[in-house]
Amino acid sequence: MPEPHDPAEGAIAGTGAGGAMDLAASEATTLAPGEPGGPGGTGAGAPARSLWSDAWRDLRRNPVFIVSGLIILFLVLISLWPSAIASGDPLDCDLANAQKGSSPGHPFGFDGQGCDVYTRTVYGARASVTVGVCATLGVALLGSVLGGLAGFFGGAWDAILSRITDVFFAIPVVLGGLVLLSVVTSNTVWPVIGFMVLLGWPQISRIARGSVITAKQNDYVQAARALGASNSRMLLRHIAPNAVAPVIVVATIALGTYIALEATLSYLGVGLKPPTVSWGIDISAASQYIRNAPHMLLWPAGALAITVLAFIMLGDAVRDALDPKLR
Amino acid sequence: MATEAPTAADAPMLLEVRDLHVEFRTRDGVAKAVNGVEYGVRAGETLAVLGESGSGKSVTAQAIMGILDIPPGRITSGEILFQGQDLLKLKEDERRRIRGAGMAMIFQDALSSLNPVLSVGDQLGEMFVVHRGMSRKDARAKAVELMDRVRIPAARERVTQYPHQFSGGMRQRIMIAMAMALEPSLIIADEPTTALDVTVQAQVMDLLAELQRELNMGLILITHDLGVVADVADTIAVMYAGRIVEKAPVHEIYKAPAHPYTKGLLESIPRLDQKGQDLFAIKGLPPNLMNIPPGCAFNPRCPMAQDICRTDVPPLAKVTYEGLTAERRSACHFWKETLRG
Repeated sequence: MPEPHDPAEGAIAGTGAGGAMDLAASEATTLAPGEPGGPGGTGAGAPARSLWSDAWRDLRRNPVFIVSGLIILFLVLISLWPSAIASGDPLDCDLANAQKGSSPGHPFGFDGQGCDVYTRTVYGARASVTVGVCATLGVALLGSVLGGLAGFFGGAWDAILSRITDVFFAIPVVLGGLVLLSVVTSNTVWPVIGFMVLLGWPQISRIARGSVITAKQNDYVQAARALGASNSRMLLRHIAPNAVAPVIVVATIALGTYIALEATLSYLGVGLKPPTVSWGIDISAASQYIRNAPHMLLWPAGALAITVLAFIMLGDAVRDALDPKLR
Repeated sequence: MATEAPTAADAPMLLEVRDLHVEFRTRDGVAKAVNGVEYGVRAGETLAVLGESGSGKSVTAQAIMGILDIPPGRITSGEILFQGQDLLKLKEDERRRIRGAGMAMIFQDALSSLNPVLSVGDQLGEMFVVHRGMSRKDARAKAVELMDRVRIPAARERVTQYPHQFSGGMRQRIMIAMAMALEPSLIIADEPTTALDVTVQAQVMDLLAELQRELNMGLILITHDLGVVADVADTIAVMYAGRIVEKAPVHEIYKAPAHPYTKGLLESIPRLDQKGQDLFAIKGLPPNLMNIPPGCAFNPRCPMAQDICRTDVPPLAKVTYEGLTAERRSACHFWKETLRG
């Protein structure tokens, strides 16, 4: 996205109305005599350059975005460098400490195996963020390519793909996970990610298909065709940039749910498996001690809740910024 | 433009549409949008295609450009000869190369015809990138040149701006610049000024006519505005229910229409000397394209309709009278009576 200079940028602080007037004034000076003035306008009089710069401007002023963004930034940092804030080893456990409460150097106490809950909670972020981000990327990529092509070309390809998505929609996620993942023996995060992509892409595919069909009907796509643009050029340059917003919104919100799904699957014993450190595994292990040692459950569950909430809030903020109907 | 141009009249046909039939298959039935249209345009000549909404004028244009949505649309028969070559026999890839370079189209609403997320410079430059394989930098320079040519002030600064930052007239100039970019030999302008203010309409039409003269292009001007047509067109083709009902040199048609429908259209134009009187309107509605009346499609609305009009489709017959030099045709059984008024 080219970001040209913005003469009205300075007017943002003075809210949309002032900015719009400034823009109208600067526009009027460059008009030929006899031409009616006034910008085409994108909604509430924001001094907009394009959908994207407009959305970014909205986001920067949205406290929900700032709060969720900071939480997510923090999560990403600790999943990259967990040792920066947790000096211990999450797998270094001493049964003598099992179920003990908070003590100096061990603020969150110990779990049933005598592992430090604080260290495990910090290290657990990596699994959650990895699963969430990779599953979302995979789902978004596969879903938007398949859905986008179906929407663009229509016909038989579209009909077949739509029926396939219907089939996938009919599979209950948890049941599917229990069946498919119970046969996997790998200890890595990849089977879980693969499973989420497999069951998740139809959701994005349907949205991508719909928004490509909408974008395809725009006059400028017809105009591009009339001026000799090829299918791939129309799809990549004219349709995709105008159809990608709903996909981004849904994918961001879905990211939170994938993290929760990983915890659910791990809790059920078919997701990640020890020695991988994951909130879901810890929640599962802690659930049997909930009466005696609730701290074992509260910390990983709290971290999970905050993470999921942060991604869903981010998705909401992005949706508000990208959906012109909400302006 | 309306004066005789012997060079243009002698030139071979640039585009010739022959007996074109287009229909749309919908859930409710088959809509016959175009039923045997015939028209042609020479280099340097302007043909105005006039008609109400649903008369098939835009569908014919889309068929010529090859941007008709198929399905539901379907070209059932006919030929579209462009520089002697039948476009309907070409492969999609070959047609795509003609679009933009050989023929280009200008649309009615320039705001919705420009991509909102690309700067106008990118969109203008794209013509050169796609068809000429130019680098982005060279294409940008060409874009500025084009914007200068369609007289957009401060082109160098405005080339990075987005469509919504331009006024309606300026946007239409950008559309014109895009269509002219590769100097095609034919331009189809589909109601290019309908969405504009009256004052801006004249400026845009003048620009279009000037560029046409400069590049010696054929121009098909699709419109329902008789006022726009009078100044720029050489020939007028009037369409009704997917057929040409009258085709005549522009000054002849204004002098004396040879089809009751054309006559009705001309009488519907508000005139200053009729102040205070009721405005004339053609009674009735355009026919449903799924159920076009037998005989002459205009017969239910025609004040001159006789029995023959309800049974026999009138051919597009040659109209002759003293003083007529160019070809003139009318699809009315009673064109002689209509001409007399």
